[in-house]
Amino acid sequence: MSSVESKSNPKGSGVRRFAESAGIRRKFRQEAMVKWLLAGATGMMLVPLILIIAYLVFKALPILSVGFLLDNPVKGMREGGVWAPFVGTMYLIVISLAIAAPIGVLAAVYLNEYAREGWFTRIINLAVINLAGVPSIVHALFGLGAFVLFAGLGRSVLAASLTLAIMTLPVIIASTKEALASVPMSFRQACWNVGATRWQTIRHIVLPNSISGILTGIILQVSRAAGETAPIMFTGAVFFKKVQQGDMFPYGLLDQCMALSMHLFTISTQVPGVPMELPYGTAVVLLATVLLVNICSIVLRVYLRSRKKW
Amino acid sequence: MGRGRLEIIAESLIEWVIRLCGISAIIFIFAIFLFVFKEGAEFLFNELDLTEFFFSKEWYPTSGYNKRYGVLALIVGTGSVTILAMLIAVPFGLGAAVFISEFCGPRLKESLKILIELLAAIPSVVWGFIGLTVINQLIIHVFNAPVGLNILNGGIILALMSVPIIVSIGEDALKAVPDSYREAAVAMGATRWQLIRRVLLPAAKNGLLAAALLGVGRAVGETMAVLMATGHSVNMPNSVLDSVRTLTATIAAELGEAPVNSDHYQVLFIIGLLLFSITFVVNMTADLIVRGVRKK
Repeated sequence: MSSVESKSNPKGSGVRRFAESAGIRRKFRQEAMVKWLLAGATGMMLVPLILIIAYLVFKALPILSVGFLLDNPVKGMREGGVWAPFVGTMYLIVISLAIAAPIGVLAAVYLNEYAREGWFTRIINLAVINLAGVPSIVHALFGLGAFVLFAGLGRSVLAASLTLAIMTLPVIIASTKEALASVPMSFRQACWNVGATRWQTIRHIVLPNSISGILTGIILQVSRAAGETAPIMFTGAVFFKKVQQGDMFPYGLLDQCMALSMHLFTISTQVPGVPMELPYGTAVVLLATVLLVNICSIVLRVYLRSRKKW
Repeated sequence: MGRGRLEIIAESLIEWVIRLCGISAIIFIFAIFLFVFKEGAEFLFNELDLTEFFFSKEWYPTSGYNKRYGVLALIVGTGSVTILAMLIAVPFGLGAAVFISEFCGPRLKESLKILIELLAAIPSVVWGFIGLTVINQLIIHVFNAPVGLNILNGGIILALMSVPIIVSIGEDALKAVPDSYREAAVAMGATRWQLIRRVLLPAAKNGLLAAALLGVGRAVGETMAVLMATGHSVNMPNSVLDSVRTLTATIAAELGEAPVNSDHYQVLFIIGLLLFSITFVVNMTADLIVRGVRKK
């Protein structure tokens, strides 16, 4: 276009230098500008993230130690560490996982292996999407109405875990579905041809071949469950609960518990006169837990993708 | 064929369990609606004045003699924070989606996507804490404001929180544009910018719209971060430096103190129902738009 029309020739040698005509140069300039602008937009999201995390860690450095993790909060949460809330978070993770993982995986098995594409699966998929979009505070209201009051569990570890499980179910369903769909159809057909039933095929061929993808989803569920605050606020987590030093299993299923996310909220907004290192330290422990879990999931995914057989 | 009766029974039992789990999402979504509705229903039908509820800015749920349940100021609070967040997040998010999908080599693409995944993983209470400390101080310094907990703070936090979903859905939408479109445009001598503006954006329009909508859904429903970052005062804002309170934060802050089955408690569940309806409509619309794209 413009390069051919262009009469100007910087070298003036009589040879038409295609790449150097004014129009082309303008195009290159424009293209470079767009590229840097978009790169800037991407950087504007990621650079603050890195700066903020660095800042949090920097502010928390004076207090971060093994003792901070293993000590309980004392003196009205103005001193001590995060052991009681940390264990509480682990409780919530494990129990909510034990509830959500089987339901989520089997739901995905139904969607991918049993149900025929049609209006019914469409409704199920819509329900999954909407379940993922329900605000966390509405999950809290549901947990309070259904588990705490209606089922009579009271504010307890169990009620909070059930609420978290339902909230994180869509994560497991979505990633398991993807993992199951990536198992080639020929694997299943081969299995059916030797006379296996549907369930036998799933049990011996489909699940073992997609276990890595399923694990990735389950790990993501763990990271969501670890970080949520609103759903557990009214269903089982409390501001403070006395825990013996070094007690590994301080909570019963029907006890209330502390949780890291709730603890961070409490000491940064509800309790006056907390020295600032404490909330910074708590934020870093929570952030480290969640990001570590996520990084595990990513590493697992990248590793397994690299050695996929088909 | 050597299969015992027991095995056949076991298998059909397993299949029923799988079917039950399959419809669990439907069961739960109905259960959420029903239980939230049930807790607020009595007050909703008997005493609540819906005009007052939606159009009064007077929210005095614990006043001794003059109880008022008007959520207009809360709706405005949620709306203002969400709009500001989207004004920041949509251009940046879609820009990043275009960059990742069109300008990156495979290695850089993979690393950026992982970083964005990590951005999405940061818990909302940590975002709230960042708003409370880092962004609060920044706003006080930059704008000379007395307090930095306001719409601007909440908007920035919500923008950072909703950007990952906008990027990932937006990138999916761009990926869905067939390569032949790109090849045709390049063959005509289009620059990358012309290709993006004239070909990719029109072709991926619906998917990008859905990405923005899902960002809105995320921002409207966010609780802890806005509770901590927006200043939490019931207020009709005049500027982005005013404090507001959102629908979600109100429930989170007041549910603990409201006695079970009191009017106040029931009104909080009605607000929950309102939030459920808003996000339901937003998610449905986004899904319909995406489906429309796929059919084409």
